[in-house]
Amino acid sequence: MSYEIIGITVLWIFLYGYMIVASIDFGAGFFSFYSELKGEKHQIHPLIERYLSPVWEVTNVFFVFFFVGIIGFFPDTAYYYGTGLLVPGSIALILLAIRGSYYAFSTYGSKNNKFYLFLYGATGLLIPASLSTVLTISEGGFIVENDGQIQFLYKELFTSPYSWSVVLLAIVSVLYISAMFLTFYAQKANDNPAYMIVRRYALGWSLPTIIASLFVFFAINQHNPEHFENMVDISWVFVLSFLCFIIAVYFTWTKQRGGLAFIFVMLQFAFAFFGYGASHLPYLLYPYLTIYDHFTNDTMAITLIIVFILGLFILIPSLYLLVRLFLFDTEYVKGKKE
Amino acid sequence: MYLYDPVIFSRILTSFTLIFHIIFATIGVGVPIMIALAEWIGIKRNDPHYLLLARRWARGFVITVAVGVVTGTCIGLQLSLLWPQFMKVAGQAIALPLFMETFAFFVEAIFLGIYLYTWDRFKNRMVHFLLLIPVAIGASASAFFITTVNAFMNAPQGFDIVDGQLINIQPIVAMFNPAMPTKVSHVLLSSYMTSAFILAAIAAVSLLKKRKHVYHKKALKLTMIAALVFSVGTAVVGDFSGKYLAEYQPEKLAAAEWHFETTDKAPLIFGGILTEDNEVKYGLEIPYALSILSGNSINTVVKGLDDFDPELVPPLWIHYLFDLMVLIGMTLTTLALIYVLCLVIKKWNPHHPLLLRCIVIAGPLAMIAIEVGWIFAEVGRQPWILNGIMKTAEGATTSKNVDTMLYLFSALYLVLGITCVRVLRKVFRNYPAEEEIKQNGM
Ligand code: HDD
Ligand code: HEM
Ligand code: HEM
Repeated sequence: MSYEIIGITVLWIFLYGYMIVASIDFGAGFFSFYSELKGEKHQIHPLIERYLSPVWEVTNVFFVFFFVGIIGFFPDTAYYYGTGLLVPGSIALILLAIRGSYYAFSTYGSKNNKFYLFLYGATGLLIPASLSTVLTISEGGFIVENDGQIQFLYKELFTSPYSWSVVLLAIVSVLYISAMFLTFYAQKANDNPAYMIVRRYALGWSLPTIIASLFVFFAINQHNPEHFENMVDISWVFVLSFLCFIIAVYFTWTKQRGGLAFIFVMLQFAFAFFGYGASHLPYLLYPYLTIYDHFTNDTMAITLIIVFILGLFILIPSLYLLVRLFLFDTEYVKGKKE
Repeated sequence: MYLYDPVIFSRILTSFTLIFHIIFATIGVGVPIMIALAEWIGIKRNDPHYLLLARRWARGFVITVAVGVVTGTCIGLQLSLLWPQFMKVAGQAIALPLFMETFAFFVEAIFLGIYLYTWDRFKNRMVHFLLLIPVAIGASASAFFITTVNAFMNAPQGFDIVDGQLINIQPIVAMFNPAMPTKVSHVLLSSYMTSAFILAAIAAVSLLKKRKHVYHKKALKLTMIAALVFSVGTAVVGDFSGKYLAEYQPEKLAAAEWHFETTDKAPLIFGGILTEDNEVKYGLEIPYALSILSGNSINTVVKGLDDFDPELVPPLWIHYLFDLMVLIGMTLTTLALIYVLCLVIKKWNPHHPLLLRCIVIAGPLAMIAIEVGWIFAEVGRQPWILNGIMKTAEGATTSKNVDTMLYLFSALYLVLGITCVRVLRKVFRNYPAEEEIKQNGM
């Protein structure tokens, strides 16, 4: 494998990781708020909090890892995306900042503040929507270079059906992934009332997820036919993704094996995400940036890869410890240990 | 007329974000060390007061960490949003420490999560204490890595330039540049020092409010002894930083010292004002001191501003920043020393209201020293973003709307700052230490 492919694969794996853990977090925020409105909050909130409190900072680091890494491996992305995305990037940042800090304020500080909870829920949907547009933009047509000046075409973005279909998919998937995870967590905790509520959410959001993905397929054909062709070439990946979806929903429907169901959700998104990523290559930003022409120098690439491997030796055991203590420790999940 | 210049706005926005982030970053680097000290003493002496101290500090700490994390994420992404040209060029050479920093964040974040939620989960208390070690190492390591990046901006090396492109990159050489040793150690020690003083100030406030519980006295003793050690360290390394400047960035030192002509036996000027034709008035002149700061001997020749192209000299007002930092450094070291003498000399009272009042002010003063120190270091590098290689103006974005973003982020920091203070006060007001001590039956 070339350094370029290793680099982009590493980054894509971490982006995938961020997508899963962040979706759980974003969706949980929305469900907390929604259940408050419906008067069900006391039933599911303790469960959500038990999972989120120890891990929210880790979620953020996945994101930081991705954007630091992509500039490390492909410094020119800073130039194109950085110049083009000043405004949307800043807005996403402000939303993230509000969300993170107000989460901490309400969890560790003033409990039960409705306004904080509202901010937390609303940003939970707005952030995935705004982050997902970066993927839209990477398809080309929204950032253009004229006489060495980089321009971002807002109007095109806001009027593009493709762009809206991606936003829709992002929001729906967040709710689906999150609800599926909470279903597993509630089952593990033997918390039946909470289980019934989150299972209802999970099943409710499952069909919309598939419909939204179909929309994206059609829209990408309109927007970037070249990419669509590449996707069709590896269509088996997307078929596998769909199969995983069926299995996950089946388990949830029949109330069996919450853990396995969530693994299939992760597989469903892994296939779709890596299929999308692979068919996107070699472009980082169509048609300006490719992983081959805009790679960092070889010395830096090797050094980064070595550091990454060494880093994994620290990271994997630490993550394992975290997961063991807060995800697989049944006593903790049930709320018997604090 | 309103002239839109993206460079100016990018600079202001970068400074706002950094100035705000550094408050929380400093706490993030230093406070884990203090928590670790308290918990360790608590376990060793089997003293529940110290354990409670650790626990209460940790409770406040998570809140500041949250703001540190979100503002850090802001500055991390803003580096690309506001300085795309700089990141494109420098990214070739400094990606390594930035990348390693993210691993340090991971370690810190993971173990902080575990530490906070496992206070009573292990039979052996030492296990819980050990969980804090990776947090402290992770925080100091992230400071280490990011400071090597900043050091690289001051003393770039480890590459060749051909046609404006960096080639033959040696990432390790770039990281271990001449500015690195003094910069890293000064930043780390000053963070520890500042955190110690801030926690001491909190203890002093409680004692001044006539809450005479021995808990607060223990807190004050622990933090002030630590503060003495760290402030002496900070001052010693600060002296080395001066020597580094004299050798590698003499124009920064000359501007900071209003040193206009190259000479030996150079005096150090403290305070004062500058007349139109660059005469110093009302300044306090310490003979030979600048030569000694630069090279430990009165015969050291110190380069003056006349040796440099006036276009490439930083603004002269950084003089006041440098003076303020050093003044605070000296004052706080003396204060910590006086407190420790009060502990040693039985006749003196370490809880004298005047002394306590000084300690209350010392906390914010230390933070001010951090701020002015950074502004001095950064403005002192102007007009360069990469010293001698790339000008700040060449590194900036060309986007429109940087001004609007500046207003948005300013509002964000204002709101975050205010809420953070309010939440912290509420947490500790609603549940004072005395009450917790009673409830725990201590
Ligand atoms: C509590 C904070 C604090 C205190 C008391 C001091 N400093 Fe400092 N100083 C910093 C906090 C700081 C800093 C914020 O950490 C800086 C900014 C950039 C850097 O590298 O460290 C800094 C920079 C800095 C520099 C510039 C380094 C550069 O630009 O590369 C010098 C020469 C000194 N310091 C010297 C001193 C001396 C002689 C002190 C005497 C007591 C002193 N500092 C006290
Ligand atoms: C955290 C402590 C830091 C603080 C408080 C700080 C403060 C500042 C300030 C006040 C400025 C504005 C200078 C001016 O406009 O004249 C500035 C500029 C800048 N700093 Fe720093 N800085 C810090 C560390 C860093 C580090 C570690 C980096 C590199 C990764 C960095 C990168 C920059 C850049 C790119 C600019 C803009 C160019 C310039 O105006 O110099 N800073 N910083
Ligand atoms: C340009 C300069 C800087 C950048 C780009 C930067 C970047 C970041 C980022 C992305 C985070 C969030 C990490 C997470 O998600 O957990 C963060 C947090 C942090 N930063 Fe900064 N940082 C800068 C300057 C500094 C400096 C100078 C220090 C130390 C003196 C520092 C110390 C920390 C610490 C300790 C944290 C962890 C959060 C906390 O405990 O408050 N940073 N920084």
